[in-house]
Amino acid sequence: MNLTELIIKGILILVLFGVTLLIAMYSTWAERKVAGFIQIRFGPNRAGPGGIFQPLADAGKMFFKEDFIPSQANKWLFILGPCLAILTALMSSAVIPFGESIRYEDLVIPVQGIEINIGILYVFGVVSLGVYGLMVGGWASNNKFSLLGAIRAASQNISYEIGFGLSIIAILMMTGSLSIRAIVEQQHGFAWNLFNQPLGFIIFLTCAFAECNRTPFDLPECETELVGGYHTEYSSMKLGFYLFAEYINMFVSSAIISSLYFGGYNYPGMDWVRETLTGSLGAATGHNLTTLIGTLVLFGKIFFFIFFFMWVRWTLPRFRYDQLMNLGWKTFIPLSILNVVVTGFGLLYDVKYASWAIVIVMVILAMVSSARAPKPAVQPQRS
Amino acid sequence: MKPTEILFYALTAITLLSASFVVTARNPIHSVLALIMTFFCLSGHYILLNAQFLAAVNIIVYAGAIMVLFLFVIMFLNLKTDDEESKTTMTKLAAVVVGGVLLVVMVAVLRVGTMATYNPSSYSAKVGLVENLGIVLYKDYLLPFELASILLLVAMVGAVMLGRREPGDRHY
Repeated sequence: MNLTELIIKGILILVLFGVTLLIAMYSTWAERKVAGFIQIRFGPNRAGPGGIFQPLADAGKMFFKEDFIPSQANKWLFILGPCLAILTALMSSAVIPFGESIRYEDLVIPVQGIEINIGILYVFGVVSLGVYGLMVGGWASNNKFSLLGAIRAASQNISYEIGFGLSIIAILMMTGSLSIRAIVEQQHGFAWNLFNQPLGFIIFLTCAFAECNRTPFDLPECETELVGGYHTEYSSMKLGFYLFAEYINMFVSSAIISSLYFGGYNYPGMDWVRETLTGSLGAATGHNLTTLIGTLVLFGKIFFFIFFFMWVRWTLPRFRYDQLMNLGWKTFIPLSILNVVVTGFGLLYDVKYASWAIVIVMVILAMVSSARAPKPAVQPQRS
Repeated sequence: MKPTEILFYALTAITLLSASFVVTARNPIHSVLALIMTFFCLSGHYILLNAQFLAAVNIIVYAGAIMVLFLFVIMFLNLKTDDEESKTTMTKLAAVVVGGVLLVVMVAVLRVGTMATYNPSSYSAKVGLVENLGIVLYKDYLLPFELASILLLVAMVGAVMLGRREPGDRHY
């Protein structure tokens, strides 16, 4: 690796890192704007045009508030909790391919932090460590509500990790590789995995909600039962780190959903764009521009999923804890195992869309059961 | 020294330090956190040996799942106050005997076992990557692999049987 390559790679990694932080920062603003839109009000609109400087104002407030550590708390672990949360959140975006490659002179540099042949397992490893931030912080606070929140977070994450892992096995079977770049490259053009794996996508999306502790699965910070959950005792930037880690996780899971199921930087008509651009602008510039367009397409998909996360948050109410556990253990794990088996049969007999069979059967079953269910008695309106 | 050697010695030092902290820490939570650190360093060793799959699986299974359950149980037990009941002479004696037997076994293995050698000119550095590991597991060691999975299944069924709530049990 020579110096030019090293410099380009370094700049690339810094840019990706900065973009991750920027998007997470503006997700906080976007969430409040989306909430405002859904609830027919304005949302933040004081700091700058359309409240665009609101995240800066929030950060300033967070930094200058009193940094309080409870006297009975375990001091070092209390500080370690938010550090772990934000560290693991930032680590996971390293293996996501954000674009094809950059050509400079005769160098070809992929737009990705690092390419390893176990990419998706790396993401799983980092995600499974993320729960330590919550557990350590919740325990070290020396508060019963924090501890309960931490324990809820841990059991929820462990339960949903199983469904999470099983749902992508079907994709790994179809691709034959653990590298996210290889998975994305196989969905060239419009051959997105979504069309082969509809059930896997639904399971993966729901488990991603649970892993990010987002509504309807935000039981660890359920205000009605636990005050503030695992971050009850936190204030100032430590609380900020916890909240910020949630938004970074949201960005990373959106990126992974779009790379695994929505083709990553692939879009229909990409070959035509490549030919036109390389034909009119020369090989290197045309290639770089094509990469840029692909990256923008990927970011479009990521923004859609971030919006989807917010949309669901302001639409659905929170689950009850036993409902959450039943959904994870009794619905998603059997369904994803069934999905793996059916996909295996599909691969054996060369039926590409085998997994749709489960979806069709499930839809028919749901319709039959809702048709057979007794109709609720009509309540006469009291005057 | 080559960079990998420096990495190896640094990793080994951290591994040994955190492993000894596991047994000397007064607070069980600190002990568990040190154990997680040890697993991390072991994963680092796997990466130095170019066994990326093992490294990732070690982090997911041990550091990510099993240690979370450890931490979980210890948080529930609330072992902050020194529990005198668990420190009788009998328990101490039993712990010493078990530890001593384990030490003897390990010393014996080290004395009897021989290290396999390898040929640097024909050695493939890709032997630890996931493709090669999968081929070896599913071709040469298919039967032991499947037997191990059946063993795990039996253990899981047993755990579910033990943890099942019988009719008439107290509802927590």
